[in-house]
Amino acid sequence: MSGLMNPTATATGHGRFTVVPARHPWRWVAGTAVAAVVILLVISALTNPRFGWDKVSLYFRDVAIVNGIGITLFLTVVCMALGVGLGVVLAVMQLSANPVVKASASAYVTIFRGTPVLVQLLFWFNLSALYPEITFGIPGVSLDANQLITPLAAAILGLGLNEAAYMSEIVRAGIQSIEQGQSEAAGALGMSRIQTLTRVVLPQAMRVIIPPTGNEFIGMLKTTSLVSVLAVPELLYSAQIIYSKNLQVVPLLLVASIWYIIITTVFSIGQGYLERRFSRGTSRTVPPTPVERLRKFFRVHSPLATGKGNAS
Amino acid sequence: MTIESINATGQVPLVRAQDVRKSFGPHQVLKGIDLEVSSGEVVCLIGASGSGKSTFLRCVNHLEKIDGGLLWVEDRVVGYRIKGDKLHEQSHNEICADRTDIGMVFQHFNLFPHMTVLENLMEAPLRVLKQRKDEVRRRALGLLEQVGLEQKAHAYPRHLSGGQQQRVAIARALCMQPKLMLFDEPTSALDPELVGEVLRVMKDLAKSGMTMIVVTHEMGFARDVADRVVFMHDGRIIEEGAAETVINHPQHERTRAFLSAVL
Repeated sequence: MSGLMNPTATATGHGRFTVVPARHPWRWVAGTAVAAVVILLVISALTNPRFGWDKVSLYFRDVAIVNGIGITLFLTVVCMALGVGLGVVLAVMQLSANPVVKASASAYVTIFRGTPVLVQLLFWFNLSALYPEITFGIPGVSLDANQLITPLAAAILGLGLNEAAYMSEIVRAGIQSIEQGQSEAAGALGMSRIQTLTRVVLPQAMRVIIPPTGNEFIGMLKTTSLVSVLAVPELLYSAQIIYSKNLQVVPLLLVASIWYIIITTVFSIGQGYLERRFSRGTSRTVPPTPVERLRKFFRVHSPLATGKGNAS
Repeated sequence: MTIESINATGQVPLVRAQDVRKSFGPHQVLKGIDLEVSSGEVVCLIGASGSGKSTFLRCVNHLEKIDGGLLWVEDRVVGYRIKGDKLHEQSHNEICADRTDIGMVFQHFNLFPHMTVLENLMEAPLRVLKQRKDEVRRRALGLLEQVGLEQKAHAYPRHLSGGQQQRVAIARALCMQPKLMLFDEPTSALDPELVGEVLRVMKDLAKSGMTMIVVTHEMGFARDVADRVVFMHDGRIIEEGAAETVINHPQHERTRAFLSAVL
């Protein structure tokens, strides 16, 4: 009793009592069952010759594949840039006091989010059927739609304009997450609406906007595979070109898939660091970096730290 | 051009409210406010929550648009341009320009959390008044010294206590070199032990001759610092006069009931 009351005695744990950790037998059962399934799947994949792993390693760094990765990355970056830029404009339009501006932005979002992006891509690809000549309504300007709308241009328009609709919702949510008091304080200091938006509201909204934008970026990377239907030689279509000649369908799809996983993983890690950066100055606890997470995992799950030892 | 705004003593009051009315939907918050505040005067608005004090204060720098009556700050009508017998609504830019000589301090400080203390102070003088950076910086550091926070210039607001944040907010408003300062319950969101430091800064400001309109529940501050106390109830001014008189010898029954509840 006196040991529990004495602060120096309690510093090592619970005085004279030893802590017996709770046991979790069902965790062992579930873990074993899942591990068995995973091992069987891996063995099956490695031993089945039809996976063609030798072909996978043969084509993994093929020039066409690497060029395809380049086009995939290019499309991702350009379409996201278009999406973010136009998305901010649409978000501000949706928050406008002008009913016509507001309704137009809402209509845009409804149309571009309400139709499949594959359909939109095909539409842009076939724009010349609608407007054989593009004049922008300016006299003297006449551009041949067939030459202007190359497969790559159709891909950029289709993916970028579609992305803008999604980004506008993300940006709008970010802007609306900033409390009214911030705009009022800026207004009371005489700052104009534009200054309030660009100097006070948007920088704070970034913390809310960045994480879903990272997800959109990774989503976009995978969605670019859709433009294979427009014969743009990105990663998937480059693989398709090769397997249409040598008929090694599965190995080449595996090559593309492995590359997609590698790139998305790298982006996810980058996204974590970016979120960390933007949460600075606003939140007290920053999320751990992947490296920190890994260290913690090994600290907790290493066979040496069973949790049965003494608390210190 | 503004004969109406000149009062009986021949002076132009800094703020003059004439029958100011304001409704939120069907609810009338201000039911005809008449008030004059002279240059250099410190006026405290007191009254229960919902009596319209904060709304009136927010009307003075057009954070709320009034529905009836007229509000003058110096020789300008708040929110309008006078042309003959017509009032033309001001554009947003004109409203912003008028706000630059009215400082406002909010209950919840509303500092910009992504900027350091110094950046908070310098933002508007640089962007709105387009003043020179070295000049603004010198003034901002001077003001931080004045509110006792010169060592916090490069801290972010979240690293400061509520009392420190509110002192920064006062310095931020002063950095625009306003002619009039509005305080909207500046100590209501503070822990009791932090109220004193903010009131001290406000007291010093009052002594320096700043014109101040203060919505407050701090009766001690009102009694010691205010030249005049205005008691509001249900959207109307019920009683006003010298601070000492209104707080110690209230005439109106409502004022007495309110004061006995808060003192």
